[in-house]
Amino acid sequence: MSMIKKTCIVCPIGCHLEAEVDGDGKILSISGNTCRRGEAYMRDELTDPRRTLTSTVKVDGAKYDRYLPVKTDGGISKGRLFEAMEVLAKITVTAPVRRGDVIVENFLGEGVSLVAGKTVDSE
Amino acid sequence: MNYDVCIIGAGITGAMTARKLAAYDVSVAVLEAAGDVAMGATKANSAIVHAGFDAEEGTLKARLNVAGCAMMPTECAELDVPYDNCGSLVCAYSEEEIRHLEKLLARGIANGVPELRIVGGEELRRMEPKISPDAVAALWAPTAGIVCPYELCIAACEHAAINGAQFYLNFPVVSIVKEDGLFVVSDGKQVVRARYLVNACGVHSAEMAQLAGEENFPIRIIPRRGEYMLLDRAEGDTAEHVLFSCPSANGKGILVSPTVDGNLILGPTAAAIDDPDDTATTEAGLSLVQTGARHLVPGVNTRAVITQFSGVRPTPVGADGDITKSDFYIHVSEQIPGLLHLAGIESPGLASSPAVGEYAVELLSGMGLKLDKKENYMTGRPEKIRFRELTDEERSAVIAKNPLYGKIICRCETVTEGEIVDAIHRPIGARDLDMVKRRTRAGMGRCGSGFCSPRTVEILARELGVPMDEITKCGGGSVILNGGKK
Amino acid sequence: MENKKIIIIGGGPAGLAAAIEANNAGIAPDDILILERDRELGGILNQCIHAGFGLHMFGEELTGPEYAGRFIDIVKERSIGYLCDAMVLSVTADREVTFVSPTEGFCRVKAGAIVLAMGCRERTRGALNIAGTRPAGIYSAGTAQRYVNIDGYLPGKRVVILGSGDIGLIMARRMTLEGAKVLRVCELMPYSGGLPRNIAQCLDDFDIPLYLSHTVTGIHGKERLEGVTVAKVGDDRRPIPGTEADIECDTLLLSVGLLPENELSREAGIVLDSITGGAQVDETMQTSIPGIFACGNVLHVHDLVDFVTKEAYRAGASAAAYVTGDAAPVGDVLTTEGKNGVRYVMPQKLNAQGNLTTETTLFFRVDNIYRDRAVVLSVDGREIFRRKKRFLEPGQMESFALTEDAIAAIRGGKTVTVALD
Repeated sequence: MSMIKKTCIVCPIGCHLEAEVDGDGKILSISGNTCRRGEAYMRDELTDPRRTLTSTVKVDGAKYDRYLPVKTDGGISKGRLFEAMEVLAKITVTAPVRRGDVIVENFLGEGVSLVAGKTVDSE
Repeated sequence: MNYDVCIIGAGITGAMTARKLAAYDVSVAVLEAAGDVAMGATKANSAIVHAGFDAEEGTLKARLNVAGCAMMPTECAELDVPYDNCGSLVCAYSEEEIRHLEKLLARGIANGVPELRIVGGEELRRMEPKISPDAVAALWAPTAGIVCPYELCIAACEHAAINGAQFYLNFPVVSIVKEDGLFVVSDGKQVVRARYLVNACGVHSAEMAQLAGEENFPIRIIPRRGEYMLLDRAEGDTAEHVLFSCPSANGKGILVSPTVDGNLILGPTAAAIDDPDDTATTEAGLSLVQTGARHLVPGVNTRAVITQFSGVRPTPVGADGDITKSDFYIHVSEQIPGLLHLAGIESPGLASSPAVGEYAVELLSGMGLKLDKKENYMTGRPEKIRFRELTDEERSAVIAKNPLYGKIICRCETVTEGEIVDAIHRPIGARDLDMVKRRTRAGMGRCGSGFCSPRTVEILARELGVPMDEITKCGGGSVILNGGKK
Repeated sequence: MENKKIIIIGGGPAGLAAAIEANNAGIAPDDILILERDRELGGILNQCIHAGFGLHMFGEELTGPEYAGRFIDIVKERSIGYLCDAMVLSVTADREVTFVSPTEGFCRVKAGAIVLAMGCRERTRGALNIAGTRPAGIYSAGTAQRYVNIDGYLPGKRVVILGSGDIGLIMARRMTLEGAKVLRVCELMPYSGGLPRNIAQCLDDFDIPLYLSHTVTGIHGKERLEGVTVAKVGDDRRPIPGTEADIECDTLLLSVGLLPENELSREAGIVLDSITGGAQVDETMQTSIPGIFACGNVLHVHDLVDFVTKEAYRAGASAAAYVTGDAAPVGDVLTTEGKNGVRYVMPQKLNAQGNLTTETTLFFRVDNIYRDRAVVLSVDGREIFRRKKRFLEPGQMESFALTEDAIAAIRGGKTVTVALD
């Protein structure tokens, strides 16, 4: 049996989470959370840690911007963040773009979309 | 290219020599190892126009200082460089120091410094309310003033440039030979030929003398580093005059002074160093600066520091090794015909510079340089707009003419895009961030250029037609963005 | 340009929210003018492309541009007046504003009320007095953020970060994702100034070590940064001799604190708080000069933009009330104070005859890390209520709303104290 400690990243409070895990990796208990989402986060962290990726992609034909902020609208596998960055480096979109526009559906097959974070007018 | 005169070194000494030659029908080349003018001792010093009571009577230093100080208001007016004739006070804290003031007073009178007198504690406090309560008297020199040394140097160079002087920046001289009566000066890539050579190389002037073949250069140049702190403009009213402590063998001690731009400057230390180009600051030095400044003004707010920097001054040492008696070494070479040394010019080199320039021209004339007045001589330099200094009506007018003057890039110092673009396209135009800073003050303020530097980099890249990651902070390998483009 | 009922200086989150709320309170869109110095609205949020904004306001995690975008959309939909590339040069006590812009030129405009929403700036190397050379490669974290996120350039490849403020932590992750090697984060204090979750998701996720009680004591390199000297510091926060280590790097990011930008306020004669660096305000966000209000990071540095928005709503509503003559009369003024571990309390003043409600909130920050303490509110030394807190950290802004009891006590009191017990 072992104790695993994590800082919750679900909200700015940053609860200090603790999980009791047995020899087979089975979660026996989770404590330290102040909401249900914290417990779910700890469970995911121990089995399939995921992160929202935020970055930029190139944008052509915009009034000011040369880069468009983007994010995944849900977590992708934490281990694939750098792979995702390589994919983003190859994407160029063309203005105009509206905030919330989907740029890539089912990004990396992770079941989440890559969406535009900003409305960018064309020249 | 062939020139009549080649000046090596574009510090204030070389610049003023070029400026004074500009009035004559003489072709001039100015070679500078760095990427900008004013990059040696001229860039980082106390920015004081000394009245002239420090140097021993009868020295060249005494004569040129008093003369240069008297010329400075006119020089600055002609070159459109801000000058503040605020006066200086050497403060005494004891009977012994008062005796020292009396010595300085006598020396100043002998040197011809006008209006010099000793003021008592009460008058001192009226003049300078924040001075230490322990100060009992001061030597008041109303002719002293302050000027931005690199702005004066840049202005002098711009003036020389519009009158035809050729500036070769990034030209580190590696060889000087004489062929057919001409000096052939090379940086290993290009050569410049000239009949007369002026050595104005500051801390490197002994090396340059040697390179020119001078075997009996009588002085050694000791690089002495002075560290400074520059405080926020909110602290500019801490002192109304240049405040000195009584001098010691190490120099004039730590001073506290307003600057023409409204900041407060503290410093310098004085430490002999090995590498004349080592302008690092040290913890010990900065601590000395703070202690020294508090000695003069106990309430000085050293927490409001914007930046700290150091400058290396070329202290000449004669045969006897005594640096306190050293004089400027301004001599026509006896060994190499056509070579003029303007060396060992440490403080008060800035104050003396207009007089040094005139004296250099006089010496060149004595060496045979023909001086005919130039027909189409231009005084001053190209118009320079300082948005921050303009009246509301003038602001409206300049923006109407060029909307870039309505776009503030440096919010701390209120510098517009118009001024930055102008700095890039002026004679000896800005090529890097620091060159923009020295010409416009963009990035000189309290945010430490955090807000404006990305915008200035962008403007430089646009105006020079290069990508942003080729723009440097101060030339050479000092690229701002070296991690690659997305 | 014609005079305006309300001029808002700054088009970031504070200015946008103040403008919207002033409009909600009945001020016509074209009687409001937002003056923004950048080329577009949104302020610093435009370069804060990471998520973490809006949990309180919208119940979801937005990126900076998304958060700003929601307010920008409203401002544009309602045609609330704004001008970009407009830099305010002065504000006077009688509410005259001068500004310049490339399109409008030099302008002098009178305002019925002014909302100060200029934000803050980062502390610099100069302010830290770090000795050494002055090469390229030293940036405040926010400047580096702009280079990466707006201009698309990575400032360097081997990075040391001094200061564990949130922007520094966010940039550690951002530069790592973009291909830089972040060698370590040094923090002078024995605790981080950033949010715990940012240490987890920005440092721990990428195995970036955090060195607490460490600082940078030396900078090396003539042209581009070649390395820094770091050292451990003692309890007095001075470097301990013998602990110095040289680290080879081409980039030093500074994330060592934010300072409200109050040059305009100071020149207008507004009384500033020496601890927050912002104006002293009352519960309506009014400064010491009637009709001039302040909100957001120009008032005090916030940890979350959501609180900026709420504060700005209050400032916007108060500015509207001032213009329409609906503001509460000024009665007895109480001062607030922080004691025993509470560094400051904002607002600094409370109007006893003012419109105090159970939504009136006091904000404060603590000066150290505390565990299992109570925060006690007293009026003239008499305890009114206490709130238990498991964790209190300097990096987090704390707050609580007034209770009916507290309001009753304040109506007859002189000093409101917030203290730890």
